[in-house]
Amino acid sequence: MNGLTESLPPLSAHEAAVEASRCLFCYDAPCTHACPTHIDIAQFIKKISTGNLTGSARTIFDSNLLGATCARVCPVQELCEGACVLGSEHKPIAIGRLQRHAMDHAYQTGQGLAIAGTPTGFHVAVVGAGPAGLSCAGELAKRGHAVTIYEKRDLGGGLSTYGIIALREPVGVALAEVEMIRNLGVRLQTGVEFGCDISLDTLIGDHSAVFLSLGLGKTPALGIPGEEHLVDGIEFIEQSKTAPAGPPVGREVLVIGAGNTAIDCATIAKRLGAARVTMIYRRTAAEMTAYAHEYAFIQNEGVQLEFLTQPVAVVIEDGRVTGLRCRRMSLVQTGPGRPTPEPIPGSEFIIPADQIVKAIGQEKPPAFNGIETDRGFLRVNDSLETSVAGVYAGGDCIRARGSASTVMAVQDGKRAAAAIDKALTGTRS
Amino acid sequence: MADLSINFAGIKSPNPFWLASAPPANSGAQVHRAFEAGWGGAVWKTIGGPVLNVSNRYGAWHSGSQRMLAINNIELISDRPLEINLAEIRDLKRNWPDRAVIVSAMVESKPEAWRTIVRQIEDTGADGLELNYGCPHGMSERGMGAAVGQVPEYCQQITAWVKEVSKLPVIVKLTPNVTNIVLPARAALAGGADALSLINTVNSIIGIDLDTLELTPSVGGKGGHGGYAGPAVKPIALNLLVALATDPELAKSGLPISGMGGIATWRDAAEFLLLGATSLQVCTTVMHYGFRVVEDLIDGLSNWMDEKGFRTIEDLRGKSVHRISDFGNFDLSFRAVARIDQNRCIKCNLCYVACNDTAHQCIDLIDSTGKPVQPHAWDLASNGKHEATGTRPRPEVREADCVGCRLCYNVCPVEKCIEMVEVPSGRESITWAQLAQAEPAVAEDWDAMKKYRDEQCIHIH
Repeated sequence: MNGLTESLPPLSAHEAAVEASRCLFCYDAPCTHACPTHIDIAQFIKKISTGNLTGSARTIFDSNLLGATCARVCPVQELCEGACVLGSEHKPIAIGRLQRHAMDHAYQTGQGLAIAGTPTGFHVAVVGAGPAGLSCAGELAKRGHAVTIYEKRDLGGGLSTYGIIALREPVGVALAEVEMIRNLGVRLQTGVEFGCDISLDTLIGDHSAVFLSLGLGKTPALGIPGEEHLVDGIEFIEQSKTAPAGPPVGREVLVIGAGNTAIDCATIAKRLGAARVTMIYRRTAAEMTAYAHEYAFIQNEGVQLEFLTQPVAVVIEDGRVTGLRCRRMSLVQTGPGRPTPEPIPGSEFIIPADQIVKAIGQEKPPAFNGIETDRGFLRVNDSLETSVAGVYAGGDCIRARGSASTVMAVQDGKRAAAAIDKALTGTRS
Repeated sequence: MADLSINFAGIKSPNPFWLASAPPANSGAQVHRAFEAGWGGAVWKTIGGPVLNVSNRYGAWHSGSQRMLAINNIELISDRPLEINLAEIRDLKRNWPDRAVIVSAMVESKPEAWRTIVRQIEDTGADGLELNYGCPHGMSERGMGAAVGQVPEYCQQITAWVKEVSKLPVIVKLTPNVTNIVLPARAALAGGADALSLINTVNSIIGIDLDTLELTPSVGGKGGHGGYAGPAVKPIALNLLVALATDPELAKSGLPISGMGGIATWRDAAEFLLLGATSLQVCTTVMHYGFRVVEDLIDGLSNWMDEKGFRTIEDLRGKSVHRISDFGNFDLSFRAVARIDQNRCIKCNLCYVACNDTAHQCIDLIDSTGKPVQPHAWDLASNGKHEATGTRPRPEVREADCVGCRLCYNVCPVEKCIEMVEVPSGRESITWAQLAQAEPAVAEDWDAMKKYRDEQCIHIH
């Protein structure tokens, strides 16, 4: 699809070597601390600078099996690159792009990939083939455990496959990672929905341990008249990645929300031909949950933003969307924390539109009997074990606090695998 | 504005910067352009007997994105016919009467061969001769170049043959590929040389191609030693320059020295001058960037001289020579410690790991509460740039334990972040030579040394 191919080109070997040679090789480097999976970044960059790409890839995989996805989707400005000591006065090292260079080498040559451990006889069930599930499954396979992943969708990869805008990560990259995990001996059963096709009790009965990486649900309802005419932002992105022609895109598109998903939706609409794309947010730029670099990006894309604006109703004429009735808000500091938006009486107005996409977060995971929750998310202890013994969880479905991200999910999977391994074998970690 | 002109053994030059005898000075057209760019002189690429060159002549040493920190070559002396070289030299000198035109020569070790070439060069109107006793490759296999420079008797003999017939100043160019460079230098002096130049290239193998396992450069699969030059050899050149500058016999002779070996900037040039060189020859940086580099060489040196109050090259020449000494004369009581400017520190902690792993374990990592912490002590559950940078410990020197080795200063990537600060040691000034004379046992016996250290409160951890 035009305009939605991966935006950053790969580094050439020379570019990578030059960039790698800028790295100071800090000791106990802050980039490694800042990375949720704590990749030994200085070491993998050193290896790129010497042309040891296989070793570089291995260093990355040691800490993060989904390094190819993370290299593309991580908010590096907030993580490794944000912590680079060269950032204060120079440009930080392009860690994400260097990681991608090493990962591309591994996937193109098959060198440096992780290998499965000696079989232990244990069998672990993983629910959900998103980043947390794949990471957990792969780490368990490295330790010799048999793993089966149960996935309700047709393809593995979770949001990497379905939910990350292709500008950052093409589908092929996510699917190659799924394939790599399968090559470690992990079985992937697709089209199996947890809670419908298979129950928790069955999984517990048939396996030595269970890891739940359920992700989150659809975009929640706004609760406004005409809601049924709104396009779900998650599905909008999904179609842009999986439907050959992409999603239908209007001429004047409104995107409700100001998070990273909303930005992706606005980008897709703009790039796929919308004449005007406007984001609607009831607070101001200062309260946006999108990363600062994403906000800067969307402004360059020519997307407009309507702050302090709340949707009231979808305007329908002849069964078709013609606009969004909104009202102005003002921020009132009622207590500690973010100020509260309050409607300004009599401020209603209509923004013309022929397509309205809502991207205001995702619904919490479904509730399951016996598993305790925390604000609607699965509650886990320090070992990522839920209130049910032997059942662990990770990824977005446990993210009651902090912002959800791919790399955090990968780390959850890794930590859970270590905890499961320790519980099963007693000694190892 | 400083006066950069020099008079080198009678050879006058508007500035001390000469093209060294090498590919940049291979033809009249090239040197003409160099003079237009501002070079004060040129030592013509060595002329002599007939040769044939090979291809793939230059290897190079790169480091990271820095290209050509050194070059290595197996190119021979000029492969252009002698008559053409002589005609072009004559033409060049006629067009550039104010520039120094020196001709490098190397012929078979026979008196007649040398007499002939000397007369031919004199006929061109050139200002001086440089005898190439240094080329380490190719010509040395034919008994010339370094094969002469490595045997003091030959140096003296050939210099004497040349001096018998030459009316021009004769510069003898020395090879660094010897154990003691003073000996061939003294031999040149004894043979009547008017000046010395050094260093010629260092014998070297630049490396192996790890794909083909062939040497670099590869001549149809074969390779061999070649002459190494460029910024990487400067410290070797300075040391050999010092060897000449501090030799009493050579110093007494007052023989001027043309310094070369890794001069890439005016800063390098100033260092050679401060250690006693009068003229400066440059090659590798020209081969890297072209003749235009002379602009900053001249401009930078001139501005620095103005700042320092040096009016002429002679004012600054040799100004650092009196500081050259031997270990035995260094003050054992002089104490310097490393001090880290926390406002400049970017917390790369390279100083910490260098000190801790390889030096004297006297830098600590200090957390925000002022307590020493171990590296990698951060919480594995934490992440993000704010956590990583906010909790990152800073390196601090335990001055009482710092031996002043200066390793941290050298590895620190931030300008002026680590400084070596002189601190009182509380001990009387004494050198090893004085100590060994006053208390010979201390130099010979560990028990006596221990007693001495205890008395002097010298604690080594």
